[in-house]
Amino acid sequence: MEKNNKTTGKVVGIVANLVTVAVDGPVAQNEICFIAHNEERLMAEVIKVVGVNAYVQVFESTRGLRIGSTVAFETHMLEVTLGPGILSRNYDGLQNDLDKMEGVFLTRGEYTDPLNREMKWGFKPLAKAGDVVTAASWLGEVMENSIPHKIMVPFKMEKRYTVKSVKAAGDYTVDEVIAVVVDDEGVEIPLTMVQKWPVKMAVRSYKSKPRPFKLLETGVRCIDTLNPITEGGTGFIPGPFGTGKTVLQHAISKQAEADVVIIAACGERANEVVEIFTEFPELDDPRTGRKLIERTTIIANTSNMPVAAREASVYTAMSLGEYYRAMGLKVLLMADSTSRWAQALREMSNRLEELPGPDAFPMDLSAVISNFYSRAGFVYLSNDATGSITFIGTVSPAGGNLKEPVTESTRKAARCFYGLSQDRADSKRYPAIDPIDSYSKYLEYPEVQESLKKTAGEGWLDAVIKAKDILLRGKEAMEQINILGDDSVPIGFHDRFWKSELIDFVILQQDAFDDIDSSTPMVRQKHMLSSVLKVADTEFKYKGFEEVSVFFKEVINIYKQMNYSEFESESFKKYESNLDSLLKERMN
Amino acid sequence: MESQAFQKIYTQLINMTKATVTLKANDVGYDEMAIVHGRKAQVVKLMGDIVTLQVFSGTEGIPTNAEVTFLGHPPQLKVSDELGGRFFNAYGDPIDGGPEVEGEIRDIGSPSVNPVRRKQPSQLIATGIAGIDLNNSLVSGQKIPFFADPDQPYNQVMASVALRAKADKIILGGMGLTNDDYLFFKNVFQNAGALDRIISFVNTTENPPVERLLVPDMALTAAEYFAVDKNENVLVLLTDMTLFADALSIVSNRMDQIPSKDSMPGSLYSDLARIYEKAVQFPSGGSITIIAVTTLSGGDITHAIPDNTGYITEGQLFLRRDTEIGKVIVDPFRSLSRLKQLVIGKQTRADHPQVMNAAIRLYADAANARTKLENGFDLTDYDERTLDFAKVYSDKLLAIDVNVDTDTMLNISWELLSKNFTKAEVGIKQEFVDKYWIEK
Ligand SMILES: Nc1ncnc2c1ncn2[C@@H]1O[C@H](COP(=O)(O)OP(=O)(O)OP(=O)(O)O)[C@@H](O)[C@H]1O
Ligand SMILES: [Mg+2]
Repeated sequence: MEKNNKTTGKVVGIVANLVTVAVDGPVAQNEICFIAHNEERLMAEVIKVVGVNAYVQVFESTRGLRIGSTVAFETHMLEVTLGPGILSRNYDGLQNDLDKMEGVFLTRGEYTDPLNREMKWGFKPLAKAGDVVTAASWLGEVMENSIPHKIMVPFKMEKRYTVKSVKAAGDYTVDEVIAVVVDDEGVEIPLTMVQKWPVKMAVRSYKSKPRPFKLLETGVRCIDTLNPITEGGTGFIPGPFGTGKTVLQHAISKQAEADVVIIAACGERANEVVEIFTEFPELDDPRTGRKLIERTTIIANTSNMPVAAREASVYTAMSLGEYYRAMGLKVLLMADSTSRWAQALREMSNRLEELPGPDAFPMDLSAVISNFYSRAGFVYLSNDATGSITFIGTVSPAGGNLKEPVTESTRKAARCFYGLSQDRADSKRYPAIDPIDSYSKYLEYPEVQESLKKTAGEGWLDAVIKAKDILLRGKEAMEQINILGDDSVPIGFHDRFWKSELIDFVILQQDAFDDIDSSTPMVRQKHMLSSVLKVADTEFKYKGFEEVSVFFKEVINIYKQMNYSEFESESFKKYESNLDSLLKERMN
Repeated sequence: MESQAFQKIYTQLINMTKATVTLKANDVGYDEMAIVHGRKAQVVKLMGDIVTLQVFSGTEGIPTNAEVTFLGHPPQLKVSDELGGRFFNAYGDPIDGGPEVEGEIRDIGSPSVNPVRRKQPSQLIATGIAGIDLNNSLVSGQKIPFFADPDQPYNQVMASVALRAKADKIILGGMGLTNDDYLFFKNVFQNAGALDRIISFVNTTENPPVERLLVPDMALTAAEYFAVDKNENVLVLLTDMTLFADALSIVSNRMDQIPSKDSMPGSLYSDLARIYEKAVQFPSGGSITIIAVTTLSGGDITHAIPDNTGYITEGQLFLRRDTEIGKVIVDPFRSLSRLKQLVIGKQTRADHPQVMNAAIRLYADAANARTKLENGFDLTDYDERTLDFAKVYSDKLLAIDVNVDTDTMLNISWELLSKNFTKAEVGIKQEFVDKYWIEK
């Protein structure tokens, strides 16, 4: 979409944030334009063209806007600016640096630079003159917080180039030329540390994208143990309001073994973002000992911020993720909530008077969602290094009904399903992930099974399957007990039910607000699962059914105290030996 | 203000619907206010020189040659300390017979607070009602609705919460209030001797429904004045947001928009969020807390209005009649305050979170026992004990007529737990059990 003379236009229609512009030249779909309104310039994106009329969605309020206002088209789509200094930043959905904005209230038409142009970065060359490079080849490296940030050949450069020169090690600003490359026609291209990328396009500068095969540890037991997600995997968390989607996502983003975490707060509460702003600078990354905020970037387009920018926010987040993945890093991307993004699409589609699909969502919703999820993944880069984007989105189904279009479309796109259940949340069984309906397709991948065997041991998968069976059988037993009555079923039913409760209380339930219980490393998860399964395998003696619940409540209580204690600490071991004697009493 | 000399008067309407009029006019701003045949209206669509205006009180009786003037600004409110103690309609005009308010003119529906300029809410709001303070503590800067059936005493509960909350200002946004409820609020505020702290924007059932669309923004513009300019803690009461949402659907329907679930406009989530997200804790000390009412029909929370609300607010408070004790209680199962973890165990006693969870879990066991009973099964000894516990718990703590401090609530809880259960059944961290358990 390169053009020489910029197209201009005049506003001829306004309905909320949909503005019609009569244009005097060529415009491209998704091209960015600015509408002049008094002193302000309002950014907008072309979403439909009919004859000389371009329909643009304005990323701001259109209050006071007048017919006849002039519009300037920018010859490019919505782009992110990529370079060192993105980590620890708080951006809005269009990548404006929120901290650089003046005043308490957001000002319409104020756009701020995502990068710091003055700061100097300690640059170390990685390429040398004569090297042949392509898009995303590493030219050099700077340390961004504690992360090796690669300076790459821009993703937009589609040819092969020969490196003419690379700057020597030293301190440079992002805008200084750090390398010159030459294309096949001998044209010299100077490169800085900054490049731009249109957010709605997937970055494809990698060698291959195999199926994900390696477990990504999250510290959340009912994910890692029962339905693990992989490096480069995709998952989604649907659940009625208040069932714990955000708490779960925050827990994962604090604990997961990722190099970079990008959180897109997409049309949700501002106070939840403030929580991240407040906590992450204080919390340590358990793996590096550095502060969590150092590896985190937040895209905050909360529910009261402009709707069109909300739609953009998930793409902005994904593009930043792709940038860091190309450096050979493990990126974890979270979006809360993808339903708000879908609703933004719906609002626009309705204003455009498009033919609506189910629940008035646009017809192509499913395709849009699949396309987005497909940008995640594990990749081999051109130099055989690996990188990944693991993506987990929340879904907020209308009325809690999982048959609605956003949930159904997402189910087709994501490989892990962590369904939150209202019943579990009501009875405070957090995280409220339904153990029976939820699944991880990755458990069926032979390459994942192989890798789990190596990391968690030969018997691990069998143990996991067994735990799931116990949960299922427990549920069936409970249904029978409810139908027939406590004393009309064999005692074995009570035993079976309480063994599933044991797994529920000890493995599934996890207190996200307890310093110790909130995050369980894999070794501890293995220890606990095998301990609990041993209990489940044991035959106990009871005089009557009443004794079953009394006994298991005591067992569960001890296990809970263990969960609250430092792993293998004195008190942990003390509880473990209390448990042993309690169990022995029942066995003979 | 509303009849300035330079204003051009138009007299030729080219189209009319129940709620809108269309005319040719130039140099009109989007969202701008206008007067059509003496009635307030607002620009909702501009196409070339064709302007569509939404007439708030409807178009009945408006002739095609009606006079139309444009005011050159969006809806506005004059703000100053003079607002205190006054009653206004949806346009911000006094309805209490008092004089016009003098003050600075502000556009309503102002921009959002930059999220990085917010402070994390951290100040407990004590109400004395244990169903709230113990299980669902409120925090200043929070937004939370009561989900209630129309026959429940939500306005009464809300009024007592407001008066006990120690706010610097209480701002009532009444939408579709019955005249009786309006008088009720006026009365309690007066009797509490709190009138000068209170500002009311009221649309009653006697006023046109579409007017109430302005009420939340009026109330919140006043709230922002006191919270930002005066660093005050402001409590905004919005009742009933269901009637607000109904008005949204009337408008979108008349504008021929494609409805989504339950005939609500597709933008319902964003429309409600824009209002509720005005709740904020400012770093300078001021805050806006929103307590709202969303009435349910037949207790259905999957309806689009409560459903979207639940996804926006920081929890919800359910009222329910407990037939066993004959009182209205704050239902511990469906009620939730999302911000409670910011204050419980921190500004309240350290055992608060665990005591709260244990008691609710046991109360849930009682509910299961009751189901068993209803299905004709025998109860175990444990079941019996949960039922005993639940009854007293409901009466002494959940009922809305409770008024004690949080320590007392916790002490009552320990009493009930120790009396009815074993330590293992309660399952609270050892350190707290050691400290608070009451041995028989
Ligand atoms: N793991 C957990 N441990 C303890 N409490 C939890 C946990 N998960 C959720 N909760 C409780 O549930 C409340 C709601 O959780 P959360 O905000 O994550 O819900 P949500 O599903 O994101 O809701 P919404 O769709 O409205 O955003 C929290 O404020 C907290 O009180
Ligand atoms: Mg949430």
